[in-house]
Amino acid sequence: MGPHRKPMKVIEGTHAISYAVQRSRTAVIAAYPITPSSGVVELLAEMCADGRLSSRFIAVESEHSALAACAGASQVGLRAFTATSSHGLAYMHEMLHWCAGARLPVVLANVNRALGAPWNIFVDQTDSLSQRDTGWIQYYCEDSQEVLDTIIQAFRVAEGSLLPAMVCLDAFFLSHTSEPVSIPDQDLVDRFLPPYTPAYALSVDDPRAFGGMVAAEGYLELRARIEHSMRRAQQLAAEAAREYGAIFGRSHPLVEMLHLDDAEIVLVTSGTVAGTARTVIEEYRAQGIHVGMAKIHLFRPFPFDLVRIALGRARKVAVFDRNISFGCGGIMASEIRAALCNIRKAPTVFSFVGGLGGCDVTPDTIREVVEYTRRCDAPEQDTMWVGLPEESRQ
Amino acid sequence: MQNVNFSIPSDEVMAAGHLGCAGCGAALAMRLALKALGRRTILVVPACCWSVIDGPAPYSAAGVPLMHTPFASAAAAASGVRAALDFKGDTETTVCAWAGDGGTFDIGIQALSAAAERNENILYICYDNEAYMNTGVQRSSATPLGAWTTTTPRAHLKDRPKKDLAQIMVAHEVPYVATATVAYPDDLVAKLQRAAQIRGTRFVHLLAPCPPGWKIPSEDAMKVARLAVATRVFPLVEVEPGRPWRLTVVPPEADLEEYLRAQGRFRALLDDPAALARVRAAIGERWQRITRLAHD
Ligand SMILES: Cc1ncc(C[n+]2csc(CCOP(=O)(O)OP(=O)(O)O)c2C)c(N)n1
Ligand SMILES: [Mg+2]
Repeated sequence: MGPHRKPMKVIEGTHAISYAVQRSRTAVIAAYPITPSSGVVELLAEMCADGRLSSRFIAVESEHSALAACAGASQVGLRAFTATSSHGLAYMHEMLHWCAGARLPVVLANVNRALGAPWNIFVDQTDSLSQRDTGWIQYYCEDSQEVLDTIIQAFRVAEGSLLPAMVCLDAFFLSHTSEPVSIPDQDLVDRFLPPYTPAYALSVDDPRAFGGMVAAEGYLELRARIEHSMRRAQQLAAEAAREYGAIFGRSHPLVEMLHLDDAEIVLVTSGTVAGTARTVIEEYRAQGIHVGMAKIHLFRPFPFDLVRIALGRARKVAVFDRNISFGCGGIMASEIRAALCNIRKAPTVFSFVGGLGGCDVTPDTIREVVEYTRRCDAPEQDTMWVGLPEESRQ
Repeated sequence: MQNVNFSIPSDEVMAAGHLGCAGCGAALAMRLALKALGRRTILVVPACCWSVIDGPAPYSAAGVPLMHTPFASAAAAASGVRAALDFKGDTETTVCAWAGDGGTFDIGIQALSAAAERNENILYICYDNEAYMNTGVQRSSATPLGAWTTTTPRAHLKDRPKKDLAQIMVAHEVPYVATATVAYPDDLVAKLQRAAQIRGTRFVHLLAPCPPGWKIPSEDAMKVARLAVATRVFPLVEVEPGRPWRLTVVPPEADLEEYLRAQGRFRALLDDPAALARVRAAIGERWQRITRLAHD
């Protein structure tokens, strides 16, 4: 029998998450509403209420509490999930660190949305990318099917590495777009995702304290172990992607490499921009122009080896970031530069920032980026802004 | 021989070798609480002295499972533990959030209020030493009027009354609210045993003397805590919905100054007769209020 195929269901991006959480047999869900992630928990609350889901749903009063409740459930040894966005994720910051340090494999869906001030509810990846050092596995997704599939895989990778995992998707372009999505059968998901059975958990039969004070050497060692597990998580993620593909007939490479065999210029991007870029890249190829694309699906652990394979042979790399680290520029561009710094004849890296706060990134935007990279031997600036009004360009 | 009926269980759940200071009320509070609650208890402890008292990993004095959690999150983390146990079908284990006054009155009140409003099936015990002791005696909203702390120095003593958290919790219409102190262990144990039998959010406000923070000799800790009750500074009550408040222990009244003089943190207050009069009046008014609630 070939890979499993199922009829598609047209659902919103947020609901793709809810179905994934249901199929993953999540035991405890705690969440707080925020646009544009509210749909995730609304459907989950409904599923819990009508019996489609046997999870405990905790309607907490804040995102800090949402993640604290997930931590409590995870410390008992059960699967826990929350969803949020932007200010909600920022509000969780302390708990993000705590969950990773406590080795709690909570899974979180984050809808990438701009942070205030000023208020803006549209797409921008800075919310989750600015949490990149908290010890969470991070995935970025291009479409709703990838979101659903990735959530299920995230549980497996998180539980395998005892690290929490975040699955990110673009506000509105994904969260509120209805697309045909294949919802996998429960028994197949059960085959892919076994129950979570941690070696240590809160239990009155085996009383232990979790998270108590450690001295400097112990702390250093625990941090080194997190780093080790995080690096190993890439292998687990690759295995999960492969096995998921074998069962469900869909696979999402950690770094997707499109036409990279002979590409002189490689565009690097993530999220829904990758979908737009795909068509532009194909246009170039049709004209015989050697342009390729690398899509970053797994961002933490950063897949250095895959990025080197993807970009090592190119002459120029153009990174399009829908995020910004003020004073440093596009966040993915920094990581790409770091990945390439020790290879001989490293490609020249062009860093573009645009699409923040929900600004459209159209095929023309991508063409502008590619054309600039083709035209110039080196970038004129460390960071080049795309889509800025003329008067603010200096 | 005569049969003596001890109301306090003899099982010592908490181990010796904890890291509390000599005379620490919080350490004794835990020892008594675990006698009352028994071994089928899971503790959730936010940042506070007890994050240290329990001992450095891998040691743990508590003797029951204990989850450390960030400062503001005790009630939320406890809700998650509860949800997970319920999911597993274990509705019997007591989930006990154990937090200081800072983690309860201040940074943790949002999560606590929310858990109480949801009527989470948890027992929340606030051991109150009336300041942030872990970080070196800074004021909290549980610090009493007129007290010295490092952030309410001599020249600017605490000029606002202690937040009335028991009242706030009663206003949430939870099934059980009580105050207790280590100086009346029978009362404390009886209240926690009662609380353990009730479902829903139970809140116990437990006065725990802190010798270094209150500037008292460690051997005076029990005496001072007893005086807190006798001077009506800390009335011992029990509140269940639909019933008048119950004053559980009302010792013969002692003079407020005896309580204040026993503690270095009130030295500056005692030098200021006007401020002292204000403190006396505030305590009197609150006592009136509580006795009225108890006689309704
Ligand atoms: C978010 C955050 N802010 C500040 C601290 C520092 N901190 C740790 S314990 C503590 C005071 C705790 O006071 P309380 O809850 O009264 O407990 P006690 O130390 O008196 O036992 C503070 C301020 C922290 N751990 N987390
Ligand atoms: Mg305190």
